[in-house]
Amino acid sequence: MTRRRWLLPYLLIAPGLLWLALFFVLPNIQMVLMSLSSGTIRSGFEFSWAFENYVEAFTRFPDNVVNSLVFGGLATLLCFLIGYPMAYGIAFRGGRYKTLLLFLVIAPFFTSFLIRTISWRIILGDQGVFLSLVRDTLGIVPPNFSIIGTPLAVVSGLTYQYLPFMVLPLYVALEKIDYRLIEAARDLYAGPWRRGGAITGAFGGGFLAAALMLGLRYASLDAESLVPLLLAVAAGAAIGAVVGSFLISEAFVRVIWPLSLPGVFAGSILVFIPTLGDYVNVELLGNPQTQMIGNVIQNRFLQQNDYPLAAALSFILMAAILVAIIVYARVLGTEELTGGRG
Amino acid sequence: MSSGSELAVPSTRTARGGRTMQTVERWVVPLFTAAAVFYLLVPILVMIAYSFNDPPGRFNFVWGKFSLAAWLNPFGRPGLQEALVTSLGIAFIATIVATALGTLIALALTRYDFRGRSSTNVFLFIPMATPEIVLGASLLTMFVGTAQEPFKTLTGGLLFPLGAQTILVAHVMFNISFVVVTVRARMQGFPRHLEEAAMDLGANEWTTFWKVTFPLILPGILAAFLLCFSLSIDDFVITQFTSGTEQTFPIWVWASIRNNFPPQIHVISTMVFAGAILLVALNTLNERRVERRDRRIGSEEAARAAAAHQEAPA
Repeated sequence: MTRRRWLLPYLLIAPGLLWLALFFVLPNIQMVLMSLSSGTIRSGFEFSWAFENYVEAFTRFPDNVVNSLVFGGLATLLCFLIGYPMAYGIAFRGGRYKTLLLFLVIAPFFTSFLIRTISWRIILGDQGVFLSLVRDTLGIVPPNFSIIGTPLAVVSGLTYQYLPFMVLPLYVALEKIDYRLIEAARDLYAGPWRRGGAITGAFGGGFLAAALMLGLRYASLDAESLVPLLLAVAAGAAIGAVVGSFLISEAFVRVIWPLSLPGVFAGSILVFIPTLGDYVNVELLGNPQTQMIGNVIQNRFLQQNDYPLAAALSFILMAAILVAIIVYARVLGTEELTGGRG
Repeated sequence: MSSGSELAVPSTRTARGGRTMQTVERWVVPLFTAAAVFYLLVPILVMIAYSFNDPPGRFNFVWGKFSLAAWLNPFGRPGLQEALVTSLGIAFIATIVATALGTLIALALTRYDFRGRSSTNVFLFIPMATPEIVLGASLLTMFVGTAQEPFKTLTGGLLFPLGAQTILVAHVMFNISFVVVTVRARMQGFPRHLEEAAMDLGANEWTTFWKVTFPLILPGILAAFLLCFSLSIDDFVITQFTSGTEQTFPIWVWASIRNNFPPQIHVISTMVFAGAILLVALNTLNERRVERRDRRIGSEEAARAAAAHQEAPA
């Protein structure tokens, strides 16, 4: 009897873990081996410690690597800026609508990724609702301005698709915070954080404006675009300062922010790494100049059958996520990862 | 806040700040949250709206005029119905297998403390955090590898050439972790004493599981089932890598983007979305009903226990 009890949990997890071992672990090992192989699909691939695949992966597609890092980074930043107040609102001001709001956050998952991306293509298209408003009605942008086929469209698409992956871990982290801590902070004279908030906001806004101008290729680092770049940074800093001085309170800086950091970290990882491997957004919203690493992997695997190089690129993504998970588990413990002890 | 306080200097400061902070908390944050949630739903609204479109060309990307044509003839494109049937079939089988495997793991993780439990936790998280393209690419690499001996005989040639069976294998794989997370979330606060009571009354473990545990965790299992079903039916990236020439609905959509994009695609997508939302809503309502009933029984039990306790010393 006691022996059977000892064995029982292992019997329960065995079938599922076996499936994952066969169709998750084994394929990844196979992929590592493939990434060190040489040959073509006709001659067959042979394992040969071909580390040059990794050298090639890092050096042959510099534009795609830069695109991935820049677009992925911007999307992560924007997801954070939209997702944090959103998760805060659901966690602290959601009240009895909390469950409904969370359900609406994951509602997009009940339609296909493709269909949602196509919806953005419809909205942001040259004859779409968005441009007809800002271009034709309001006249903010010039008449020949288009969004589809530009980095702006790709980053908008990525931000939209991965926003729930930012909101959910942030919500989990914020929800755990005891609201009495915030009340206690206020009772102890934690008031607004005017000067600090303004400075933080100004730096944040200026940085964001510069990152958007450069990252979305509306400016480059040359003398010609120096003036628009500086204007954008100034505008960003000014808006940031106003927003920061009104929105950031001392209670937030001292209590809520530090306690929500695990969620910020988890959310950023869950947005950044998958965006690096995304190819659907670029394919439907971008152009050949906006292609990312995901497009290279997809193309090498499914069109060119250049498996070793594609495997090397995929394994780099896999290694990045593994490192992130190990760091997270070391710093915050393993229970945090899958939602705590049942 | 502390405007009536006697501490003159800090009180004026906090009173003024308190008002803006209150405005932010009470109005700015909720309004922003509502706007952001709406933003998440915009593409779904566009999908529904454009299923009623009569586009000016072959591509349903620009609004023409309102039309019910696509709704009256939802399968009026060659291959569309077959692709949807394939998707439904794969989703159904993959979901059953993944739900069974994942529920067993969730049971083990929530009710037993065993060596390797926390490594299992981390291990289960990895497939969820892995980019889809890596999951698909690694499976493709392995499937192609089984085309060579000795793996060909070992797998019976089942995994290559690619087809519905390889899509199925992939969908079960990526769904298992989602089942575990969903089921174990619903098992939090599980009334263990009910199982103990059943055992005390002479039920063996098998009977206890089917008569007590299973009915209690059924809503969680159903929720996991629905989540997996829609993840599977909507999956594109992993399916593209593991499908070969087999066409599921998302693969059919992808193929049609280049030369012809009929409104039927949005009609079918709207139907799938509406079906999924309806089932999830029904399951949630049912869960609420059960919860309310349990709470009522619980409070009656507590009242009776309190009454008994008061009588006892007398």
